[in-house]
Amino acid sequence: MTEILNFIAENRQLIYIIILSIFVGVEVIGHVPTVLHTPLMSGANAIHGVVIVGAIIVMLNLHPENTLALILGFLAVILGTLNVVGGFVVTDRMLEMFKKKK
Amino acid sequence: MNSHLLEITYLIASVGFIIGLKMMGNPKTARNGNLIGAAGMILAIIATIFLYPTEHEVAQIVYYLIFAGIAVGTIIGWYTAKKVQMTKMPELVSLFNGMGGACAALIGLIEYPHVMEKSGDHTGLLICIILGLIIGSVSFSGSIIAFLKLNGTLNKAIRIPAYNMINNVLLLAVLAFGAYMVYSDVSITNLYLLFAASLLYGVLFTIPIGGADMPVVISLLNSFTGLAAAAGGFLYANQAMQTGGILVGSAGTILTFAMCKAMNRPLSNVIFGAFGGGGAAAATDAAGGSIKDISVSDVAVLMNYSKKVVIVPGYGLAVAQAQHVIHELEKLLEERGVEVKYAIHPVAGRMPGHMNVLLAESNVDYSKLVEMDDINPEFPTTDVVFVVGANDVVNPAAKTDPASPIYGMPILEVDKAKNVIVNKRSMSAGYAGIDNVLFGYDNCSMLFGDAKKVITELVSELKNL
Repeated sequence: MTEILNFIAENRQLIYIIILSIFVGVEVIGHVPTVLHTPLMSGANAIHGVVIVGAIIVMLNLHPENTLALILGFLAVILGTLNVVGGFVVTDRMLEMFKKKK
Repeated sequence: MNSHLLEITYLIASVGFIIGLKMMGNPKTARNGNLIGAAGMILAIIATIFLYPTEHEVAQIVYYLIFAGIAVGTIIGWYTAKKVQMTKMPELVSLFNGMGGACAALIGLIEYPHVMEKSGDHTGLLICIILGLIIGSVSFSGSIIAFLKLNGTLNKAIRIPAYNMINNVLLLAVLAFGAYMVYSDVSITNLYLLFAASLLYGVLFTIPIGGADMPVVISLLNSFTGLAAAAGGFLYANQAMQTGGILVGSAGTILTFAMCKAMNRPLSNVIFGAFGGGGAAAATDAAGGSIKDISVSDVAVLMNYSKKVVIVPGYGLAVAQAQHVIHELEKLLEERGVEVKYAIHPVAGRMPGHMNVLLAESNVDYSKLVEMDDINPEFPTTDVVFVVGANDVVNPAAKTDPASPIYGMPILEVDKAKNVIVNKRSMSAGYAGIDNVLFGYDNCSMLFGDAKKVITELVSELKNL
């Protein structure tokens, strides 16, 4: 229990960020026309690809002789990149069609 | 110095995510919004590789592996995203979402053993690692199942007795085991057990959900992956991951609820009350009643002498790739002085807005796409409703039959129009797996055949009139 309380106290800035980000997310998405729901979901999908940053940090901290971890990290980087690149490119393709018709 | 620069880059990236997402909420700025988000991401990735302060010297091989991984991911991701057909977009979003989840889970797998090497209290770290692992794994296996379902590989909603019970027990077991691992000694066996159990839960969570609810599930899994990324952000005290992750987590949740609202079903109903069962059998008789066929030339004549035609597009339109020829039909009718509109149900297709994206591809005018609440009052004054590959969203049983599994879902009230023409490939049930009582109505006629083929014929018939 004490550990959890300490954790909260030590990380209160992070907790602020989390709470404010939730409000930002709600505010940003709140008034979107249904037309844009699919591209928006796809765009949000690309943004959580930011998890790739975590994969890179994991790799940077690894000892080079830890082969299993290196393989897993390498996989994580590939998967994270897939999420980011695929997500943004698919979204762009969807949105491109909206623009063309003006 | 470097770490300060890194923090500032993360700040810029976070703002990029927020502004990008905000701009994507408006058709005019949407494309630039996406690019701003992407720019933020590239910045965050490059800055992490070169500026992240590591505890020890980074080996050359690590850099090689990082660049190789990014190169492989970029090539495959870019190629797949560019090459895939518009109809396959929902599957692809689901697949990429799963990749993100898997990435988060792998981070957990690698970081957990590191905790052993650290001294002192690491409860907070363990919570982040285990949460990221559980959520990421569930999101990964769930997304893969969703992908297979949308792809048609897995097309039956699978139900076994006491399913919800088994599922909920497994969920509780996973959570309890995760909590136990935070307080017990570090054990690699336990780690992989938890990983496997989470994967299994993701599969069981998604597999019973009926196809019509798939968009809701993808949206939910999307926000799960956001949370997994945020857990990683907590682990490394990384602001870019936190903002990005939480932003997607909350945005995805809002989107999920918006979709549930469109179907007038609570989220719990979507997750726990899969379609199928009793109501389907009851509806069969009505649909089996008196189904009338109509020929292409009759439809052409009927439309030619109408004042107002409303087209109801559904997934069948997407599958047949009939979006261009339907636009041709619309232009032809407009030239003849017929008013043509498209009625867009919020969950038509496989994702909200799916039909809009598809019709935008063939340059259909924005103002012709009318949403459900605005078009419903117009059906009584409509001469012909042309339903193309849609089924459940026009099923009057949702209004009239309390025993129907889709009872309570708002529908397009096409049965109020003077004539309803339904184009389908066969009499088979819609994605929800239930029969449509509309087909037996007196004002309804069936035009069987592949949408693209039938509409092409229709266009040439019209030209001859």
